[in-house]
Amino acid sequence: MYAGAMKDKRSDSRLVLEKVSHSYGAVPVLNDLNLVVDPGEVVVLVGPSGCGKTTILNLLSGYIEPVSGTVRREGIIRTVYQQDGLFPWLTVSENIAIGLRSVEDPARREKELLDLIALIRLEGFEHHYPHQLSGGMRQRVELARVLAGDSDILLMDEPFSALDYQGRLRMRWELVRLLEKRPHTVVFVTHDIEEAAQLADRVLVLSNRPATISRELHIEALRPRDLTDPAVIGAMKEILKELGLQV
Amino acid sequence: MRKPRDPGSYLLPVVVLLGFLAIWFFICYSNLFPAYVLPSPGAVWKSFREEVVSGRLADDIVASLWRVAVGFVAAAVLGIPAGLWLGQHMHARQAFVPMLNFFRFLSPLAWIPFAILWFHIGDKPAFFLIFMATFFPLVLATMAAVATIPSIYFRVARDYHYKGIELLTKVTFPAILPQVITALRVSYGISWVVIVAAEMVGCQDGLGYGIWEARNGLRLDSAVCYMIVIGLLGMGIDRLLAQLTKLPNVRWGYER
Ligand SMILES: Nc1ncnc2c1ncn2[C@@H]1O[C@H](COP(=O)(O)OP(=O)(O)OP(=O)(O)O)[C@@H](O)[C@H]1O
Ligand SMILES: [Mg+2]
Repeated sequence: MYAGAMKDKRSDSRLVLEKVSHSYGAVPVLNDLNLVVDPGEVVVLVGPSGCGKTTILNLLSGYIEPVSGTVRREGIIRTVYQQDGLFPWLTVSENIAIGLRSVEDPARREKELLDLIALIRLEGFEHHYPHQLSGGMRQRVELARVLAGDSDILLMDEPFSALDYQGRLRMRWELVRLLEKRPHTVVFVTHDIEEAAQLADRVLVLSNRPATISRELHIEALRPRDLTDPAVIGAMKEILKELGLQV
Repeated sequence: MRKPRDPGSYLLPVVVLLGFLAIWFFICYSNLFPAYVLPSPGAVWKSFREEVVSGRLADDIVASLWRVAVGFVAAAVLGIPAGLWLGQHMHARQAFVPMLNFFRFLSPLAWIPFAILWFHIGDKPAFFLIFMATFFPLVLATMAAVATIPSIYFRVARDYHYKGIELLTKVTFPAILPQVITALRVSYGISWVVIVAAEMVGCQDGLGYGIWEARNGLRLDSAVCYMIVIGLLGMGIDRLLAQLTKLPNVRWGYER
């Protein structure tokens, strides 16, 4: 079955950064960073603005090469970017279908497309264009596009930061639900400490530039997690403390 | 998503038009100017009927439309790809842009002597002048549109393995299409202006030639009749081109 095949693929997925340092010109951004992301794991990166979070994702995806150190990646990687990444000239269906380009069989492609639209609950909006959708609906389409087809690893760069508070809360639930149905390895960047505590298997707190991992925090509680879940509150306290925002 | 039509949108222009006609009538019938200097609406209407009945007006309209269409389509077919190519190659841009700008600011009418020497009289000099008038603005507008495509689209395209011709037709071109349509409308406007001048010197028929002939025969009533036709046709075709902006896959470009 298809879902089973995908699970197997996921278990080969791996992302490794070994002693990676990076700088833009004379500006050092990352210093001797080591990171192993296990298959199926949700790793959340938090850190101050400009510390190098997007740079880490760009290194992981292969968009840029590190100045020193090695990056290894196995599996098909998809990214949700910090800016709006849908093609405005394509409809919801057509945008999601981009994620299915590698699927050869047209019948399976068609079925997948319908499944994905149902999954993000946008039935009836298939033929709408992105500018006719709300911010949250657009984010759901982006999620469907990266989840589509044979992807294994999702890199997400503050995907919900353009939404209002309630919109962000809803999209977190949505993401948890989607990952439940279609498990992926995830590296998720955010400024939002609540978001980190609700979503992560592991939170990495980054220091100021040049970034190093200043704290690593495992959260065992099952998802979906309530905001008031003691595990979430405990994790938030730890992260705030590490960022120097709580005594 | 149709808006209820605001009655002002068609009533107000009609009021202005009627006011304009009333002033024209008034000036003519108060005999401020002799009739050969300012033809009356009645005289214009009479000459309009003559031109229609003789079939000359229809022939002239067809001749002018054909010349504009050929010159304009040739400019679009060559200019848009050239703009796409320049937009993607920085060194080519550096090399060609000053020259392209030079020609854009050179009035196409400056080419009239060459047009006539090279192509003599007939359709060809008009094709040439229309082409020279619209090619350069189209290249430059397309190029500028390509250069300002948000880089995020290319990153997404790369993630999903768009390459080569597919990248061009499925990402680059749709991303600039709204701006290309605007550029087409603008350069169509230029070509409609240029055709009148081109036909005054290089042709023996066409709307511009009609005006020229009216002048030679001191028939300003006929000239005004041709002017009205030129203006109305120009507006009408622009309305047609404006329909392109209603295509669903370009609406996004006009709604932000
Ligand atoms: N292409 C680039 N050229 C030069 N410097 C860059 C480039 N990209 C990023 N930088 C610099 O590298 C540093 C880290 O940038 P990065 O985008 O990774 O930060 P970030 O943690 O994602 O920030 P934010 O949370 O604001 O998105 C910043 O100080 C930025 O100025
Ligand atoms: Mg960033």
